[in-house]
Amino acid sequence: MEHYNMNLSLKIWRQKNVKANGAFETYQVKDISSEMSFLEMIDVLNEDLIREGKDPIAFDHDCREGICGSCSMYINGKPHGPWKATTVCQLHMRAFKEGETIVVEPWRANAFPVVKDLVVDRSAFDRIVQAGGYISVNTGNAVDGNAIPIDKDNADKSFAAAACIACGACVAACKNSSAMLFTSAKVSHLALLPQGGPERKTRAINMVAQMDKEGFGACTNIGACEAACPKEIRLTNIARLNAEYLSASLTIDKEN
Amino acid sequence: MTWKQMFTSSIGQKFVMALTGLFLISFLVVHVGLNACIWANDGGKMFNAGANFMSSMLVIRIMEIGLFAGIIIHTIQGLVLTAANNSKRKIGYQVDYGNRGSKWYSRSMGLLGTLLLLFLIMHIYHFWVPSRLGGIGGVEELKKTHYEGALAAQYHDLYAKMVEVFHGSDWSLLIVILYVLGCISLAYHLMHGFESAFRTIGLHNNRYLKLLRFTGRGFAIIVCLAFAMMPISMYLGWVK
Repeated sequence: MEHYNMNLSLKIWRQKNVKANGAFETYQVKDISSEMSFLEMIDVLNEDLIREGKDPIAFDHDCREGICGSCSMYINGKPHGPWKATTVCQLHMRAFKEGETIVVEPWRANAFPVVKDLVVDRSAFDRIVQAGGYISVNTGNAVDGNAIPIDKDNADKSFAAAACIACGACVAACKNSSAMLFTSAKVSHLALLPQGGPERKTRAINMVAQMDKEGFGACTNIGACEAACPKEIRLTNIARLNAEYLSASLTIDKEN
Repeated sequence: MTWKQMFTSSIGQKFVMALTGLFLISFLVVHVGLNACIWANDGGKMFNAGANFMSSMLVIRIMEIGLFAGIIIHTIQGLVLTAANNSKRKIGYQVDYGNRGSKWYSRSMGLLGTLLLLFLIMHIYHFWVPSRLGGIGGVEELKKTHYEGALAAQYHDLYAKMVEVFHGSDWSLLIVILYVLGCISLAYHLMHGFESAFRTIGLHNNRYLKLLRFTGRGFAIIVCLAFAMMPISMYLGWVK
């Protein structure tokens, strides 16, 4: 595709801190290359703001190669912007046209409070994983990789679920601010492997309990999360989580 | 894990919605099947015999209590869940994700359900009240009709009541329109609800999910079309 430069209007959410009331501010950026990433375009804007002695726009980023799950911008009404299966850092400016106005908002959910500007606190996800997104194994010599046979299909499905980078786009896209796609990916990738077997029941129960405690909504299977997910985590995982949770909570032999 | 913990969790509450929803779907099959007897075009003989069976059989009357319980639980749990889900995002977005990520009717189950509840109140007032409570208190009893032959007996003429509501009254046109709107709401509610209920109870086999999508949409369209054709047929005098 041909390279071109563009001028854009940016309507960006600015908020001083977690307690302050935020508001949109409009910025003009000039001569933006179509080959830049969206974050690089924000970098250019921030350089300008710093030169003018203004507060640059705070946003989360780390690897900038689409695997860390840090970047989290809600661009023109869609988490991670207009491209399918793409994180913001991998979104390039050729997705936009000369003169366009781009609206950039932080993830919106009570469970993800805005820390500053476009940065939200996603530690709720960490606590969900801490509640059961692991297997308990005594340390010692590494076991031979081929000692436990695993069905190839299950290994593939598990791997696809494990591709979740915990960016929070599913929560941002969901009308209920539900974290079910994230939680289901974390539960599924262990439930599909033999190593996940021993703690299967407590994992599903504890992770769902933590998810509810963090203030996320309940899933209504609308599918917006799947459409927004940069890692294409499938909605089927949510149905698997439902099965895991229901069979665990109906059969577990523990009073509390 | 206590039962309370299970049924108050997010998935537990969805489970209640799914189970009651599937129960109500099974009721629709019976309801549409029996009502389709009006198209026998025999002056309502077969339909009245069927309706009479449903109202005189003890097992059915007990199940009817379960049906009302199902409707009430589905309604209350649905309203509670919708309110809770809506409260999880205090500050909304400037630009909405909208139809790019999901279907409008999938996002509008609370609204469609509320419309259905309003429809149900009207529907119960039209037919259930005179048929079940007729003669009790101030409720007018249905007219009686007598049949000869195979179905020889005296029946409450519920069919005549249908003709009166959908054809014979000054309000018939408005009532028929409201019924058709009710059927459209039901169709969209089922387009999402049928599939979603099975997903909620944990169906995650991709082969079955494909079958489910096809079955769910087919069920929603066929059943609701059949229901909608009933008042239309009566209003236009196709069945008499």
